[in-house]
Amino acid sequence: MSANPQAKTLVEKIWESHVIAELSDGRTLLHVDRHFLHDGTSRQAFDGMRRMRRPVRNRDLTFAVVDHIVSTLPGRTGESHPPGRERIHALRDNCREFDLELYDVDSPHQGIAHVVAPERGITLPGCTLACGDSHTATNGGLGALAWGIGTTEVMHVMAAQALLQRKPQQMRISFSGSIGPGVFAKDLILYFIARHGVAAGSGCAVEYAGAAIRSAPIEARMTICNMSIELGARFGIVAPDEVTFDYVAGRPFAPTGMQWERAVDAWRKLGTDLDARFDREFEIDCAGIAPQVTWGNSPQEAVGIDDALPNPADIPEPGRRQAVERAYTYMDLEPGRKLEGVPIDFAFIGSCTNARLSDLEAAARVLRGRKVKDGVTALAVPGSMAVKSAAEAAGLDKVFIEAGFEWRNAGCSMCVGSNGDLVPPGKRSISTTNRNFEHRQGPHSRTHLASPASVAAAAVSGCITDVRRLLDRR
Amino acid sequence: MEKFTVVTGIAAPMMMPNINTDAISPMAAGRSTATDLGVMLFANWRYRLDGSEIGDFVLNREPFRRSKTIVAGENFGCGSSRERAVWALMRFGIRCVIAPSFADIFRENAFQNGLLPVVVGTQECASLAAALECAQEPLVTVDLERCVVQGPEGWTSSFVVPTERRTALLEGLDEIDVILRMAKDIDAFQRRDREQRPWIYLER
Ligand code: SF4
Repeated sequence: MSANPQAKTLVEKIWESHVIAELSDGRTLLHVDRHFLHDGTSRQAFDGMRRMRRPVRNRDLTFAVVDHIVSTLPGRTGESHPPGRERIHALRDNCREFDLELYDVDSPHQGIAHVVAPERGITLPGCTLACGDSHTATNGGLGALAWGIGTTEVMHVMAAQALLQRKPQQMRISFSGSIGPGVFAKDLILYFIARHGVAAGSGCAVEYAGAAIRSAPIEARMTICNMSIELGARFGIVAPDEVTFDYVAGRPFAPTGMQWERAVDAWRKLGTDLDARFDREFEIDCAGIAPQVTWGNSPQEAVGIDDALPNPADIPEPGRRQAVERAYTYMDLEPGRKLEGVPIDFAFIGSCTNARLSDLEAAARVLRGRKVKDGVTALAVPGSMAVKSAAEAAGLDKVFIEAGFEWRNAGCSMCVGSNGDLVPPGKRSISTTNRNFEHRQGPHSRTHLASPASVAAAAVSGCITDVRRLLDRR
Repeated sequence: MEKFTVVTGIAAPMMMPNINTDAISPMAAGRSTATDLGVMLFANWRYRLDGSEIGDFVLNREPFRRSKTIVAGENFGCGSSRERAVWALMRFGIRCVIAPSFADIFRENAFQNGLLPVVVGTQECASLAAALECAQEPLVTVDLERCVVQGPEGWTSSFVVPTERRTALLEGLDEIDVILRMAKDIDAFQRRDREQRPWIYLER
């Protein structure tokens, strides 16, 4: 227990500065500083606004983007993926009618919402941000309190710039120790989820802390926050520090001049107090973590690349045991074997988890001078058009293309397949995304989650492999 | 929002843990031409790639084709925030899901739409599911007024729902009306906040 009842966590501090009103039933009306809309979940919310005959309350705090359903093919337009056409048109019409800023298919700022918001400086430390998408916690990498909502709540934010919420419980995961070669942010978070399960953070806001987080660049912090929902938490956050301020400074919507000085002063005070109390605490030593790859249909079904797959007979609880047996059937794998050597058909580098510049660089380091194995389809889909341009300026597009990857335009793409980028039935994919659910990348597709470097290593090997071996030979 | 008072109907046992929203309402499914959300509910589990039904999936079996309740394993509704998952369940006719626990966003979406998430213990859920599997009439009554569930063979359990949610469901109230009644508070907050954090307000 805390000796000092005044001591607060980072999340509590941001929460309290956004309280509009406390209700007698224990709920809080919380101000939402930033609202991001996308093509996947906003339509019925606009319909609701029309029914209520209301304008969007704070147009200046509201942004929209096409990401889920947009084609990623070269030369794409809003018409390129016919099943998505209607929804893209609907978003355009809605943004015009309600006078909102839209990053459309042809905008240089288009991309996945959670990639675009930070890189435009729309996400700021200490702000609250909501979006109709469960991976909104990605923005927590900048020290923002950001969370995913459903479509009804999207309408609430449009109409009121506020949400009725119950305060989440406080959870902290501290990552300490040094990270080995070939091991990335993705491996750390998969390792945690594999150990503690997909419900470890239910009802919680998770603060990621510890030396390994403090020394991690912003993009790695975003990767870790991104997968908070895969451990059951709606919120994931890292306290803002000098690394954060350096990242935010100079971005289009970031404050400038005197306002910048004031803002940074305020942001410096946000860190969790020394003796603040957490409801749940975990410590992870990074030293022993190997590259992680999932084998089953839940993000918790991940193993180190050196480890044998678990035996369902060891699971006492029948519901869990059946789920694991079902995953073995779906994935066409046997207990006891290692993942190394399992042949793959698709390699996908993309998504809000792992499609920022540093992710593409990590993959390119493995790909340079190598070729994608015959029979493997490999896609690189930058998280935003800005990431794409930056990658091209650094010559990374050539590395991908020479290796045999398709170099695409920005969007969610094969993460969820709603733009037609699908893994066909029965085919096996290794993917930098965040969900390995049954049928996620296409009906009867088989997905293995891994870091961008591990996916690149598998693409050139034609099978799941230990990326560290490919790094050693350099 | 649709009211919820007392619902009696067939209940389908689906005792897997972590049933996710991609499974409940797939983005890409074999029957992707169907647009009715109820038809697309659990599409990849209900239909083969050619669109034919998979006979032994519970919701394709009689009498479970007419289910109003689902009894599921822990962490029901995990994964994406898509509210479509709730709409698809309701469109099919489901008004209540009974499980040991729910994912946060799914529970929120359920309450916003008048689908009742009922939490009962793991053991109790398992025994209810087992009773439903062998019952002549796999009926469950969910009574929100008394906060009691009754199943076959005398199975019964009470549950807890936050007061405001219970009131909203019983009376069919939309949360947006509660929020909009606080418009003055929102104005006052923003006026104060503009002084303290001017960088938040972009004035486009
Ligand atoms: S990239 Fe995938 S996880 Fe991220 S927002 Fe798009 S569909 Fe969702």
